[in-house]
Amino acid sequence: MAGEKRVCLSGMGVTKIFGFGRTRTVAVDHVDFKFHEGEVVSIVGESGSGKTTLAKILLGLINPTEGEIYFQGQKRDIRTHRKKQEYWKNIQAIFQDPFSSYNIFRKIDSVLMDCIHMRGGRWLPHAKKVEMMAEACRFVNLKFEELTNKYPFELSGGQMQRLMIARIFLLKPKILLADEPTSMIDACSRATILDYLMDLRNAIGMTLIFITHDIGLAYYVSDTVYIMERGRFVEYGSADEVILRPKQAYTRRLISDVPKIYEEWDLSTV
Amino acid sequence: MRHTLRQIFRSGKFVVGFSIFMMILLIVIVYPLVVTHPPLEIIGQGTFFPPGIYVSTYDAINAPTTYMLNLTDAAAKRVANKLKNEDRLAMKEWMVAAGVPESEIDIADTESLLTLWKRHYDPNKRMEGMTFARLRYYQRVNAAIEGLLSTEAAIIAAKNRETGALEEVSAVKQTDYVNISEVANVRVLALGTDNFGRDVLTELVRATGVSLQIGFVAGLIATLIGLTLGLLAGYIGGLVDDVIMFFTNLFTVIPGFVLLILISFSIGQDKRGAFTIATVIGLTSWVWTTRAVRAQVMSLRNRDHVNLSKLSGHSIPYIILTDILPYIASYVVMALILQISSGILAEAGLSILGLGPRTTEVPTLGLMMNWAMIYQAPILGKWWAYLPVLVTIALITFSMNLMNTGLDQVFNPALRD
Repeated sequence: MAGEKRVCLSGMGVTKIFGFGRTRTVAVDHVDFKFHEGEVVSIVGESGSGKTTLAKILLGLINPTEGEIYFQGQKRDIRTHRKKQEYWKNIQAIFQDPFSSYNIFRKIDSVLMDCIHMRGGRWLPHAKKVEMMAEACRFVNLKFEELTNKYPFELSGGQMQRLMIARIFLLKPKILLADEPTSMIDACSRATILDYLMDLRNAIGMTLIFITHDIGLAYYVSDTVYIMERGRFVEYGSADEVILRPKQAYTRRLISDVPKIYEEWDLSTV
Repeated sequence: MRHTLRQIFRSGKFVVGFSIFMMILLIVIVYPLVVTHPPLEIIGQGTFFPPGIYVSTYDAINAPTTYMLNLTDAAAKRVANKLKNEDRLAMKEWMVAAGVPESEIDIADTESLLTLWKRHYDPNKRMEGMTFARLRYYQRVNAAIEGLLSTEAAIIAAKNRETGALEEVSAVKQTDYVNISEVANVRVLALGTDNFGRDVLTELVRATGVSLQIGFVAGLIATLIGLTLGLLAGYIGGLVDDVIMFFTNLFTVIPGFVLLILISFSIGQDKRGAFTIATVIGLTSWVWTTRAVRAQVMSLRNRDHVNLSKLSGHSIPYIILTDILPYIASYVVMALILQISSGILAEAGLSILGLGPRTTEVPTLGLMMNWAMIYQAPILGKWWAYLPVLVTIALITFSMNLMNTGLDQVFNPALRD
């Protein structure tokens, strides 16, 4: 299935090293990957395995120490601010902690307005902009009339994360990188958030890169799963292949760490 | 914003500091509107007139109406005022030698002392071992007391233009009084005069105003430089950070005050206006703000909201202004308050050393201290020339530090109750 589609983001030998000398830490260690258009990819690993660092490299927020990243078949070039802006029209992110993702001094309107401006809608009439924002809010079941002139910290965690999805709805990027988007949300809101993300993917046909420590969630949503351990991809393949027939001990451990309701929780591997 | 302000004004320390500071500011603004004398006008001939109300003697004599008041204790008060403590002690000494029991003599009670004196004193009596000079002294004291007790009027005479002879114009009786509001010239010198004969209170108010301005300009310059460099070094990092930190460290290791002394010395006396000094103070005290702001920004720049702002395509100046600056604003305000108060102290320190603003135009708190020191006010016991200045400097810095501590308690979660 993967072979038929076009590769939209790929990397060769991507490495990130923090510090030097005795404090040298290899966060991402020569990883290779190919993400295809329209696919849902999960990158699974425990805390400290380098998932978030990899996500920041993919987003272009930090530069890799080594290795190349190719975007739509061409070598990624984000050296100037203008090129970065262009790149970020294509790749966007949802962060783990909705409470720290917003600037507490800016109103919700301006967060959404930024997205419209980024899509080249700066000179649209104000009524049209409001209509677009309201549409985006409706998509995630929020009422724009209730949000306008409010600050992000006045919302609940679930609402903030849904607002984040509304933001993506306005931006319509080719790739969305979701860095543990549900880990700070309670279990009830979690399913809704995931549903909205999937709806959004279907609506605008983007590639979704999920970064998570929850292999159960990865199995539930993804086409392809990458297992990351200490900065390396130890195993990857289709979700069924990796999770139902794991080859690596690390993968098996991750699977056994998922609590199941009708079985005793296996804590022997912890 | 409104919430933050309400929270700040709930802090007792801040409110106390703020009230003291506002009171000082109010006095600085209102006082010149009420008292319009030029602050550096030399009015007194002579140095260090003590605090008090000064009534023109000439105008008191020539007051339009004289009122006659018969006050029973007037004479006693008059004598008490004239009779010095050493005279009283000498009188006691004489009377004890003349055989009056010591326990009967109370030198503080003028009336009983005088009665005793009149009863026992004999101008011709010579005590054993008393010098002739001492005898004469007692005769003089006695004559003075007699004069004080006389009820005759004092004669006011004027020179005749033609003959030059003195002619009686009027007589001032002991029971004559004038209403002070009818005297043409009365000057209240609440804090006396300084070494140049200038009204200390008026000078002090003006000096406080100028010193606050110096502190404000110095603090503003230091904070602006510190903030700009700190933001750039902290947010951009890399080579920019290295270069900025190189200069910051260079300035850190050179003691700021020494640098300040050298710069203001090399500017020269005639070019040193108050604002030149303020600028020099500002230019030598920005290092700590830079370091502190840089540290704060470095912890902020990797937060998710900054990343999100980057992903929204905002430029670096925009991110610094909207995503970094508001988060450290409270910290910067606190740093500014401290910079202002240390600016005022630095000016005082410089001026005491004689390196303050030039002396002809405006007074500053430091200059007033400098003048008091040069003219030895502390040694001469002329407290009004330096103590009020000290108290003002202490109050300003105290109130600002109190405000700072109050703000710290509001904004620093670790100190919150």
